[in-house]
Amino acid sequence: MARKDLEVLLEDNMEGKTPEEKPAAEPTHEKPAPRPGPRPKKAEVGPRFVVSSSPHMHDGRTVSQIMRFVIIALAPAALYSIYIFGLDALRVILISTASAMIFEAISQKIMKRPVALRDSSAALTGLLLAMNLPSTSPWWLIVVGNFFAIVIAKQLYGGLGYNPFNPALVGRVVLLISFPVHMTARWVTASRFGTDAVTTATPLSQMKESLATLGHIDIAFGREEIFDLLIGNRAGCLGETSVILLALGGLFLIWKRVISWRIPVMFIGAVWAMTGIFHLFDPAHYIDPSFHVITGGLFIGAIFMATDYVTSPVTKKGMLIFGAGCGIITVLIRLWGAYPEGVSFAILLMNAATPLIDRYTKPRVFGAVDTKAAA
Amino acid sequence: MGSGRFFGGVHPSYNKGLADSSAIVEMPLPERLVVFFAQNLGVPSQPVVKKGDEVKKGQVIAEAGGFVSTPVHAPTSGTIGSIDIYPSPVGVDAPAAVLVPDGKDEWFEGCNVERSSEGLGVKKIKEMIHDKGIVGMGGATFPTHVKLSPLAEKKMDLLVINGAECEPYLTADHRLMVEHAEGIRDGASLFATVIGVRNVVVAIEKNKPDAIEVMCKAVVGCQGFSVEAMDVIYPQGAEKQLIYTLTKRKVPAGGLPMDVGVLVQNVGTALAAYEAVRYNRPLIQRVVTVTGSGIREPKNVLARVGTRFEDLVKFCGGLEGDAAKCINGGPMMGVAQYSLDAAVTKGTSGLVILRQEEVTQFVSDACIRCARCLEVCPMKLNPSALSIFIEKMRFEDANEYNVMDCIECGCCAYVCPSRRPMVHHFRRAKAEVRKLQRKTG
Amino acid sequence: MLTAVIALAALALLAAFGLAIAARVFAVPHNPKADEIEEVLPGANCGACALPGCAELARRIAEGKADIDACPVGGESAAHTIAAIMGMEFEGGAEREVALVLCKGSDQVAAKRFFYNGIYDCNSAVLVFGGDKACTYGCLGLGTCAGVCLFGAIDMVPGGLAVVDPEKCTGCAQCVAACPKGIIKMVPASRKLHILCSSHDKGGVARKHCKVACIGCMKCVKAAPEGAITMDNFLAVVDYSFEIPAEVAAECPMNTIIVTGDAAGACEEPAAAAGGDA
Repeated sequence: MARKDLEVLLEDNMEGKTPEEKPAAEPTHEKPAPRPGPRPKKAEVGPRFVVSSSPHMHDGRTVSQIMRFVIIALAPAALYSIYIFGLDALRVILISTASAMIFEAISQKIMKRPVALRDSSAALTGLLLAMNLPSTSPWWLIVVGNFFAIVIAKQLYGGLGYNPFNPALVGRVVLLISFPVHMTARWVTASRFGTDAVTTATPLSQMKESLATLGHIDIAFGREEIFDLLIGNRAGCLGETSVILLALGGLFLIWKRVISWRIPVMFIGAVWAMTGIFHLFDPAHYIDPSFHVITGGLFIGAIFMATDYVTSPVTKKGMLIFGAGCGIITVLIRLWGAYPEGVSFAILLMNAATPLIDRYTKPRVFGAVDTKAAA
Repeated sequence: MGSGRFFGGVHPSYNKGLADSSAIVEMPLPERLVVFFAQNLGVPSQPVVKKGDEVKKGQVIAEAGGFVSTPVHAPTSGTIGSIDIYPSPVGVDAPAAVLVPDGKDEWFEGCNVERSSEGLGVKKIKEMIHDKGIVGMGGATFPTHVKLSPLAEKKMDLLVINGAECEPYLTADHRLMVEHAEGIRDGASLFATVIGVRNVVVAIEKNKPDAIEVMCKAVVGCQGFSVEAMDVIYPQGAEKQLIYTLTKRKVPAGGLPMDVGVLVQNVGTALAAYEAVRYNRPLIQRVVTVTGSGIREPKNVLARVGTRFEDLVKFCGGLEGDAAKCINGGPMMGVAQYSLDAAVTKGTSGLVILRQEEVTQFVSDACIRCARCLEVCPMKLNPSALSIFIEKMRFEDANEYNVMDCIECGCCAYVCPSRRPMVHHFRRAKAEVRKLQRKTG
Repeated sequence: MLTAVIALAALALLAAFGLAIAARVFAVPHNPKADEIEEVLPGANCGACALPGCAELARRIAEGKADIDACPVGGESAAHTIAAIMGMEFEGGAEREVALVLCKGSDQVAAKRFFYNGIYDCNSAVLVFGGDKACTYGCLGLGTCAGVCLFGAIDMVPGGLAVVDPEKCTGCAQCVAACPKGIIKMVPASRKLHILCSSHDKGGVARKHCKVACIGCMKCVKAAPEGAITMDNFLAVVDYSFEIPAEVAAECPMNTIIVTGDAAGACEEPAAAAGGDA
């Protein structure tokens, strides 16, 4: 073929002229990584300086650093879940994290992308999914969830930065719809090591149950119950139990400027305000708003899932709208939906609205001419 | 005076200690000088010398090519060795005259003669500033006489002398204020006379307390003069941000400082203008901060325009072995050089040499939409969305998202965890948008 | 159960009627010939005809507003088929042209001025000093042309150099417009001898920058038929209206000239050319 001739000619040429510098054997079709920096060669031959566009400084923060901060922020709640649910929780966390990383590596290999486990984003997704599973989850359930999270929701869309939906939540929701029994009916109370685990229901399903059978809310919500809920002495997914530790993690992230306060505060605030209004009007059918805030997956959702960079708005106003929207949808599902809990669905729905929110909250450029004032 | 705090900004490590206490030293004449003909933003100057010509110090070697243009003068006496293409420090290869000094350093007739600046008319002062090739010395090299000619309908009421020097590493303006406060003050008075304003503010970032002190002393007794100490944040010295900090006035997007009645001039420009008017000295030398970890002896050098970077580096002790990046200007907005053959121009405020381990490489990973760039962008743009548009060649969308308002300060790229070459993207988009605009008229 | 089936069936029937009526009422009148022509056109919507898409060109041809050979990509074969559809004669138009990258300076032979670190795109790279190659005329090798080629005809060979496959090239010239260096030219597909250099640098400079640069020695000019190769500011340029014998390639001391073969095996000289002394 003619082109082959051309290439052969070119290569012959290279061989003839510079035998020591034969063309590198690497494939060239894929987008190459950044050009290598200067060789540590002092000779004057060849280029010496790196030339790039400005700026020539960087504050040093990297994607993997951000992911590690989030993992660190999650760590106390994860460790605490092991304390209350025992080795079962550890099993779930390990299987989930490992399978997420394996799926990531495999799909990146197959899609001929550079394998980027070092950015820790897969590990974080696995950990987040684990935090959203009951401690009784069988191993296959965890693996299937991670398959959907990493392969379907993330890598098929182009990998980190391109996924429209929060991968861990896609994994959780797929499991929730496909395996409702495993996901919602096999709760155990906090067992602590040694004590026997007792099958029970989550506070939110207890509430729905009471509403369905008695026609009104009949749940004790006194000081003792609040204390139990706060420290995580209740049934639920691994990560949703310990509200205090999750909040501490959130403060850590805000302090490290990893996330902004906007989404979590608006999310939790909207849930509290909306359920509060209903509670004021009809306390028999609508429970105290504080109950809604400290039960279910609200804290882990608001702090760790809704704030996922890729799937949440980038503008300040957009973050406020996004957080409020998540809160409102959560309440709608909790109060009138079939599921006792709506945080996951709420966040996924708002994920879908993110591009729209970003477009309509475009920040006004500094010194934007006010057309109204001018007219 | 109301003081604002502009939106966004970053706090890079300033590294000014490398050179901020070393006094300005004059550099001896090098063996040859490379003087670029295009030394200002706008219309390039037209060369009026040819190979073999003898020139005197201060003689015009290139004339203004239009209104937005200034003449270029010979930095010393000698012979024009050749005229050829050299790597200009602003990022293109451009024609330059090689001047071989004869060592006598003789002034051209009429130059360097002291005269009184009393009673000079506005027109005369502007003419002198133009004839002596004065341009903005903060780095932008915009012809000063153009800035001194605001439209008649704009009511000017404030002159700001910009001594913020918010770029990391650079200390040239700092030293200039410490050592030549009176000259700067007198240059500022000239500007104030020309545009007819009473209030003059010398704006200095708080990390230069000695400069603030000296400047304060210099303006004692000057009607309408004041010195403002400003918070240390990059880009405090950018015109629009500086004006907002001092007056809370917002320069309209796409507008100029004169739209809000303010003129901003760099301290170096003020001094150069003063010397042009008072001593009839053309702009043929400037203070260049040669600094960075890649240089052995960081210094503030008074160098002739046309001094090759190679000679500058030699004068400052030479490069460290692993020097890997050479920047004309500061590290946030400066232009990386590929060769030390480039030479000092009127806009060269510094030469920063970075070592291998300090060079940050752009890698163009996918944007993870962390929104850090939105938090720091002083122009309140959405750099994240912009860079994604531009990657997909959607330049019209980029235009709609105000890419043309980008001031290329580099804050977005400075904080980007995916190490995306944001400013590079925006430069590309600006070029494409201008092309589109030309096409559609 | 039965009610559900009936209800659904009724619904389907209703919708079908609705669609059928809508299709009649809102039918857009169009030329059946245009459909036929569109079938023949390549369907790449590449823009080579300067119209928005193949469908638009098909419509114009059917209406007689465009030439039957207006699609350079479809070439002669498409023109013949379209002529048959239109009931016209096609007597053969201009010769097929293919794109050619006039540079041979891969990283192995061409020097670099600096280590470029930035956007992997030629149009962006030229914004910093015009690119990292010492030769300011040469191919930057970042593959912008390959990116715009809808037919996969451009390969980036190892060492950063774009090479057009004349077999796959359809002559749409999108790459010509995309190249910031302007070194991609359209050449007649039948011509086999090419001078792969665009450098107007003087001989010594060009040689320093690239081991396969045209140094303006004029040996090929003398060897070729009068006027077939001319000098343009230190660069030998082929005039493709001439047929140049393949032996001329062997004259080049820098190996800049290549001779491509075709399936007919017209060329057995490349080995000799490649062996030429520097």
